[in-house]
Amino acid sequence: MTRAESLTTESGIEVQPLYTAADLPADLEERLGEPGHPPFTRGPYEGMYRERLWSMRQYSGFGSADETNERYRFLLSQGQTALSVAFDLPTQLGMDSNNPLAAMEVGRVGVAIDSASDMERLFRDLPLDQLSVNFTINATAPILLAFYIVAAERQGVAMGSLAGTLQNDILKEFLARKTFIFPPDPSVRLACDVVEYCSRELPRFNPISITGYHAREAGCSAIQELAFTFADAIAYCDELVGRGIDFDSFAPRLSFHFASQMDFFEEIAKVRAARRMWHHLATQRYRAKKEASARLRFFSGCSGATLTAQQPLNNIIRSTLQCLAAVLGGAQSIHVMGFDEALEIPTKESATLALRTQQIIALESGVTRTADPLGGSYFLESLTDGIQAEAQELLAKIQDLGGSVRLIQDGVMQKWIAENAYRESQGLASGELPRVGVNVYVEEESVEPGALFQTDPESAERQRASLSAHIAQRDSVAVEASLRDVGASLDFQTNVMPSLIAAARAGATVGEISDVMRARFGEYREPVPW
Amino acid sequence: MPLESPRRVLLAKPGLDGHDRGVKVVAMALRDAGFDVIYLGLRQTPESIMSAADQEDVDAIGVSILSGVHVDICERLIELRREHQREDMPIFVGGTIPDNDEKVLRGLGVAEVFPVGTDIEDVVARVRTILDVREVTP
Repeated sequence: MTRAESLTTESGIEVQPLYTAADLPADLEERLGEPGHPPFTRGPYEGMYRERLWSMRQYSGFGSADETNERYRFLLSQGQTALSVAFDLPTQLGMDSNNPLAAMEVGRVGVAIDSASDMERLFRDLPLDQLSVNFTINATAPILLAFYIVAAERQGVAMGSLAGTLQNDILKEFLARKTFIFPPDPSVRLACDVVEYCSRELPRFNPISITGYHAREAGCSAIQELAFTFADAIAYCDELVGRGIDFDSFAPRLSFHFASQMDFFEEIAKVRAARRMWHHLATQRYRAKKEASARLRFFSGCSGATLTAQQPLNNIIRSTLQCLAAVLGGAQSIHVMGFDEALEIPTKESATLALRTQQIIALESGVTRTADPLGGSYFLESLTDGIQAEAQELLAKIQDLGGSVRLIQDGVMQKWIAENAYRESQGLASGELPRVGVNVYVEEESVEPGALFQTDPESAERQRASLSAHIAQRDSVAVEASLRDVGASLDFQTNVMPSLIAAARAGATVGEISDVMRARFGEYREPVPW
Repeated sequence: MPLESPRRVLLAKPGLDGHDRGVKVVAMALRDAGFDVIYLGLRQTPESIMSAADQEDVDAIGVSILSGVHVDICERLIELRREHQREDMPIFVGGTIPDNDEKVLRGLGVAEVFPVGTDIEDVVARVRTILDVREVTP
């Protein structure tokens, strides 16, 4: 007898009533390897969390640079070990804070950064040679990296000693999240300029975080998440290798980003399969010679899409399970959502609680005492193999159909994501997919989570005033000249980073530099499926 | 279920937010329920939405906003609806919308508010209600 609940994983893999040694493949040892050794199924490092805990990297930013700087100092004082910058939408879309189209959104979902001077204020009194900083920025990633390099320079920190991660994965923006500006081809070119430049000049920095997280949150399955991530990885690596750059010169600094949702074992199996798939790609497709080129490191983002506005305190439990899955999957850094994020950006209190969730798992649960504690589990290893097989099949199909850039231009992958999201909504509506507080154990009286984050209505005005002051005091002739150099670099197809750093030094803004790019590349409008 | 006559619904994402999972799911659900759905896509302004609503002669407008600027956008949209003399055309809104803002939006004249997590069948039923559409029983 079985209960009515689903007997397949979320991505549709059938689950047997019992797993035994007979379910394990004969070549299990080879498929696993030891932690820290190829094919890295059991983790990228030998000692894993015995040697070093994951980075606790809570995504945050709002209002102006000064307000966010205060939040960063608070989070660091509470034991957060790395920073993760959330930019507002105008910054992500290459618009200055005084752009009329941006008026309502300045400082709303992240911090407004118009120039290198704002970046300097964002990290005031935070020593950039000692911090690891993650930047969720894509279309304008090269520009914001230039601002960061200049901000560090003004602290007396050389770019060679900067550590952190630039998301810089523009392809996934066409799939989900949608902060693209330019068409896919020039976008890939810009992203690869960053990777190429950083592999020479910022050896401690991860210049890209290739991610399936956002497509997953937009509705695709765990299997699609893996296939899309590696299809995008192939697009970038092919471009870089096509430029004549040695794979081993940049591959060790590629990083990845996956989601951690509710299907506990499937999430753990997924990231173990991801490490094995990347090892296979790096060694087979790109003939990697360095072991580090085939060692996948990843950031795990707990899920916002699975959080509910109904009974919001339940989200604390969901996030805890998701964080635990990320830890058991061997993540290098983790973000836990605030429980109020189905309603607003997190308050100081809910952000602290999210950090405490990570700390309790790290320090009290004991799961960090040994590397890959679930390795060898009959069920988990079967699931890891099953997900890998299906993801590899889908990846091969994507490549056969022309690769991710082609399928993005045709809207094919976007359609797959939307269809899967629709199926999930239907499952939630029918009750086939249970969600506590939403379609089971529903309470009529809604319980508000307490105080929600309040936007400071003056903050955007202050940012616009600060931008005006910045523009008034800079050398406008030097800015104009630096923008012409950016244009020339784009026209002559040289690496754009040196000219961007010079423009950042001169005081050029994100909107001005983006306009130079818009004039060459045009703006992309996505195909609408209906 | 077929409707008496297909009703035209315009869906759009105003503002800069690109989280389009919800709007696409609503588009598919309304289409399957027999509505004519026109999805305008991302980065629309209240002005571009209202002018498309005129051109396409739609019966209702649905907007999806997950960046928290729903009140500002709806204020402008309702103002434009008045200027265009289309007060008869209901506007509904989905997104990350706290309870208090739901009251504010309804006060402005928004017909329905669908916070994240609203049951998709419930969305369809409530859009039917605001358009006074009855299912045809065979």
